[in-house]
Amino acid sequence: MSAGSIDEVIDYTEAPPLVEGNPTLSHLDDAIAKPMEHRPSAKYFIALAVTLAMLTFGIVAVGYTFYYGIGMWGNNIPVAWAFAITNFVFWIGIGHAGTLISAILFLFRQRWRTAIARTAEAMTIFAVMCAGLFPLLHLGRPWYFAFIFPIPNQHGIWINFNSPLVWDVFAVSTYFTVSLMFWYIGLIPDLATMRDRTTSKIKKTIYSILSVGWRFSNRHWQHYEKVYVILAGLATPLVFSVHSIVSFDFAVSILPGWHTTIFPPYFVAGAIFSGFGMVLTVLIIVRKVFNLEYIITKDHLDKMAKVTLLVSMMVAYAYLLEPFIAWYSGDPVDWYLVIQRMTGHYALGFWIMTTCNVFVPQLLWFRKIRRSVPILFVISLLINVGMWLERYIIIVTSLYRDFTPSAWHLYSPTWVDFGILIGSFGLFFTLVLLFSRTLPVISMSEIKGVTESAHPAEKLGAEHE
Amino acid sequence: MSERTLYGITALFDAPGKILDASKAATSEGYKNFDSYTPYPIHGLDNVMKLKRSYIGIVTLILGMTGVISLVTFTWWANSVDFPMVTGGKPYFAWPSYVPLMFEMGVLFGAVSTVIALLAIWLGLPRNSHPLHDTEFMKKVSDDGFGICIEAKDPKFDQKQTESFLRSLGAVNVEPAYYEAQSFTLRQLVLDPKFIIAIIVVAVVSSATVYWGLNKMLLIRPWSSLNDQEKVLPETRSEFYPDGFAMRPPVEGTVARSQMPYEFTANDLASAGKYLANPLLPTPQVMRVGQREYNTYCSPCHGYFADGDSRLQGQFPSPPSLHTDSLRLAPDGLYYSVITNGFQGIMPSYARQIPRDERWAIIWYIRALQKSEHVEASVAK
Repeated sequence: MSAGSIDEVIDYTEAPPLVEGNPTLSHLDDAIAKPMEHRPSAKYFIALAVTLAMLTFGIVAVGYTFYYGIGMWGNNIPVAWAFAITNFVFWIGIGHAGTLISAILFLFRQRWRTAIARTAEAMTIFAVMCAGLFPLLHLGRPWYFAFIFPIPNQHGIWINFNSPLVWDVFAVSTYFTVSLMFWYIGLIPDLATMRDRTTSKIKKTIYSILSVGWRFSNRHWQHYEKVYVILAGLATPLVFSVHSIVSFDFAVSILPGWHTTIFPPYFVAGAIFSGFGMVLTVLIIVRKVFNLEYIITKDHLDKMAKVTLLVSMMVAYAYLLEPFIAWYSGDPVDWYLVIQRMTGHYALGFWIMTTCNVFVPQLLWFRKIRRSVPILFVISLLINVGMWLERYIIIVTSLYRDFTPSAWHLYSPTWVDFGILIGSFGLFFTLVLLFSRTLPVISMSEIKGVTESAHPAEKLGAEHE
Repeated sequence: MSERTLYGITALFDAPGKILDASKAATSEGYKNFDSYTPYPIHGLDNVMKLKRSYIGIVTLILGMTGVISLVTFTWWANSVDFPMVTGGKPYFAWPSYVPLMFEMGVLFGAVSTVIALLAIWLGLPRNSHPLHDTEFMKKVSDDGFGICIEAKDPKFDQKQTESFLRSLGAVNVEPAYYEAQSFTLRQLVLDPKFIIAIIVVAVVSSATVYWGLNKMLLIRPWSSLNDQEKVLPETRSEFYPDGFAMRPPVEGTVARSQMPYEFTANDLASAGKYLANPLLPTPQVMRVGQREYNTYCSPCHGYFADGDSRLQGQFPSPPSLHTDSLRLAPDGLYYSVITNGFQGIMPSYARQIPRDERWAIIWYIRALQKSEHVEASVAK
């Protein structure tokens, strides 16, 4: 760029290319399939060793829990929901950004989502798997989970369909199924490409089965694209419903700090916020490790940072409104809880949460910071920390000072609590690493469709769709 | 290779623009059974090929609504018909509570059925035996080629003419595609012993798993230390004591709580009359208990008003009236002794049926009955 006071002249009237350097279609295939076809570097195995070690620690902690019982955790009355439910809400929230990117941005015709959608969707599935573990572990006797299904028990009594906990099971299992279908439908053409690329007979058999004999036929693409839109349309309200229902678990109770109508939108915004933080974390690692910087460009990170900033302010609005309503309602118990959160035993957590979720993301107003990968990475990690703490603060501070002062009790986690949390991160990142080696991390068929000159009819001004 | 059946003629192009032109040309030439193959969906191709709009959304709508309706019907039946139960003071059919469930089931049914309908019905998949699979054409198309295939079943199809037509469009590569030499009928596939064995194995394993899960797994006793404690429970067997019981018989003379034994010998009416006094006061409550117990246990023989007019006359000997002067003046202890021990082998003991305090309450009630028939004239006025 020309020398002067302005380092870089940016033409905002023209959208930046979605794929940098105008590579050929087969070059894109090669680049995306590379992690699957070549032995990965030592970096990959070191990362896998670390995540597997975390996972092993988690498995040991789970073994302790099942052998000795839930007493190994710090939970006790009145703080009966602590790490387990915090982690559940945290992981479900992480998952929502994946659906937001793959479904909502698709409906809004945001074509930059193409490069990141596959990873985000995979993240959704892995995060929901992690989330699903926690209610199971919290049961202590995980096989009793079967009683939440609509099966009459030995006395002929059905489950309570009025209970948010039952809605939760319906919502999360529907969400997992629909996300999995959405992901799989998107994968079919890529699996077919891999089927035709591979030279190994075993891989070919596996890819043939998984790609169900996809033929890239235009008569198929036509219906396929329609179904993709329909699934996106179904998944979009699903995201909102799932996290609203998760928030009902709290809001339907009568506990101060939980019993507020703002919870559903507040939780949905928080979920998207934490999810974008995690997508940024994962993508920055993936693009670096597999050298995909020209497909997942800085423009992508820039746009995600903008969304993160927006959602951060929605979360900040909820943070402001909560104490306001507590004060405005004139309910001394509610107001006491607000003061407790800010100055009580868990005040440090509250202020770290506020800093990470409200103040730190304000840095994203600056273009330089949005396009600086290391700073963005640190910010994304801080957002993860902040959003985990948010759920912890909501759950623990509301419970540890409930209506009966004689029951007041401080909560402190044990090593088993931390072990299971670390184990869930181990599981998540192990799955992400295995995914990046076995399936295309970027949708080949979609990324080909957003290269320059992919759609000649558009240049001719012809109608499409 | 002449015995193989021809599927169609394939042609490859190297740019998305060319496939648009080629498809347009094939349509205007009058070909109907042809298809374009592209690594990604190219916009505008549907118009050029004159494809009808996809109506697959109707599946989503119908099956999604089916999901909603089934959920409503099911929750209504489960909570209002099969096992009506009130939770949280709501009506049996609390439909606002079911709205989240309705939505979830609508989405679940809609999404799953749409995907299955797309793959199985609209696209005819899974099908890995299509003639175009494992051809150079397919390998190119799945990577960066843009292909067209005119099928042999098209009425206008003629191998030579079609080939030259495709070449004239500027195709890079024109190749015929054949069906596989060997094919199986559906009957052969279904009756294949391997297939039958696989079906049986799947059926046995899945039903055994479901049976085990519902009938055994749910009833597993947890191995928690709360459940399995090192202690003996009542009514269990023990190897420790010679009599084989875990529980010990009580020490000789042990009295159960609130069960004071009778103080005198059964026939010693005089001592009972002399030393026992009614421990209760004649409160309305005591009188009510006395009345209830008297009417239950005493009235069948003694009569509701203690006149001795037994309702069981002829079956049991009739007792005397309790309104005689000697009985009216008899001490409370005497009555207590008679109720507790019975009388001369005619009236049985009621100690088992009537607890101690209720016996005393009965005595107060008898006193009231006696007074009721001996009211002094001045009081009656």
